[in-house]
This record gives sequence, C-alpha cells and structure tokens, in this order.
Amino acid sequence: MSVWAAILAAGLGCYLLKLAGLSVPAAVLERPVVRRVADLIPVALLAALVAVQVFTEGQRLVLDARAAGLGAAVVLLLLRAPFLVVVLGSAATAALLRLWA
Amino acid sequence: MFTGGSQFAFVGVLAGGGTPVSGAATALLLGTRNTLYGLRLAPLLAWTGVRRLGAAQLLIDESSAMSVTRDTTARARTGFLVTGWSVFVLWNLFTLVGALAGQALGDPRTYGLDAAVGGAFLALLWPRLAEPRNRVIAVLAAAVALGVAPSVAVGVPVLAAGGVALLAGVLSRSPR
Repeated sequence: MSVWAAILAAGLGCYLLKLAGLSVPAAVLERPVVRRVADLIPVALLAALVAVQVFTEGQRLVLDARAAGLGAAVVLLLLRAPFLVVVLGSAATAALLRLWA
Repeated sequence: MFTGGSQFAFVGVLAGGGTPVSGAATALLLGTRNTLYGLRLAPLLAWTGVRRLGAAQLLIDESSAMSVTRDTTARARTGFLVTGWSVFVLWNLFTLVGALAGQALGDPRTYGLDAAVGGAFLALLWPRLAEPRNRVIAVLAAAVALGVAPSVAVGVPVLAAGGVALLAGVLSRSPR
C-alpha cells in the first residue's frame, strides 16, 4: 500500500471511529468488558509509544539523549507543568545534551 | 485525519522505517479513544443528521475535555464548537507551515524534536497514571513493546502493546 493510500484509509477510518461513537447506543459501553478494554487501550498504546519513541532506533534498542529528554518530561510533569512546557523541556534537554556531547 | 495522537503515531512508525499499513493500524487503534469520547458526548451534545456528521470531525481530546463537564446542551455545544474549530484551524495551519518550512530547519534532532515526541506522549498518558491499575498496564505495555521490538517490524510493538490492554481488560474481573 502506498503511503498516501494508507493516510487516506487511516484518515477515513479515524473519522468513522468518531462518528461511530456519536451514533452507537450507549448500552454498548455499559458492558463491563467493553468499558475495561476501552479504558486500558489508550494507556497501553501511549506507554508503548513512549517506550518505542525514546528507546528504539528502527529495530535496535538504544539509550541516548532522548532518555534524558524523557527524564526532564517526568520532572516537569511532577511539577505540574503545562503540556507545551513539558514538550519543549524534553526537546531542549536532548538538544543541549547533544550540543555538549 | 484530524486527531493528533494518531497523526504522530503514523508519522512515528513511518519515520522509524515501518510499513504504511502498520502506521495506519497504529493510528486507527489510537483513534479508538475518540469513539469513547463520542459515546460520552452523544447524549450531551444531542446532534442528529448532518450536524452530527460535521461534529464527528471535530471530536478530539480537546473538544471533548471542554464540553464533557458542561451541565447543559447549549454550553456543551459552545465548548465543543469553539475548542474544536480553534484547534482545527490552528493545527492544520501550522501543519502546513511545518510541511513548507520544515526542510529549512535542517536535522530536527539538533533541536531535540525526536525527544519531544516521547515527552508529548508521556504528557498525554500522565493523567491516566493516577490510577494504580493503569500504572501496571503502562509498565507492562512498555515492557512488551521494547521486548518484541528487536524481532518484529517497526510499528508492530505498539500494536502488541494494544494486545496487552485487550488481554488485561478481558481477563481482569474486578469491577472498577
């Protein structure tokens, strides 16, 4: 599949997922299994995305300046910094570390 | 595709060398949370027909957050529309700026932009970590993703972590 075809398909799919939520009867969400899985999926996906974005390079596991950036993000989140400050803080930490290295 | 997490995920998978199909699959899985927002908001916003079709496109983290706590349909709609349209216009405008001017910036690593993505995902995840069960799932999911990363195609680790959520949700019995 070409990149553009995948983008169009995913874009359409993402829209239909939104529309489905607005259109499906609420009774579906009342089922406990559906609710549990639905609660857990974003948690698992985001945690995996963090791990993969920070600690891998292609298929290799690596430890580099991005880990320091993630550390900065944790500190800023503990300090209840707003989203943008967290993002810029982790970028700046990694950038400075690379500058000095 | 107007849902930031999915866009980042798609680009992340492709940039890491993953196939377009695994990029699209990751984007779709991450987009499922919008379905849940929709389920929560449908009775509150109470839109039907064409308006519902339009509202669906604006249904994102931000617009949901700014409408779900309102006590009346009118206030919920105001919060939803103002937030949804603001983000929609600005997000796409600056995406265009990035697409046109991005090359001029040179290697994004110089600015630590690759590290910013991890920070952004963690910030999105953070509020959910208040719950102990979610912390366990997050650690498990990250471990599974890194564990399979060396032996599977790029993009698949994140999908495997989605399997963790599915398993945990189906197997766990304790009511919340």
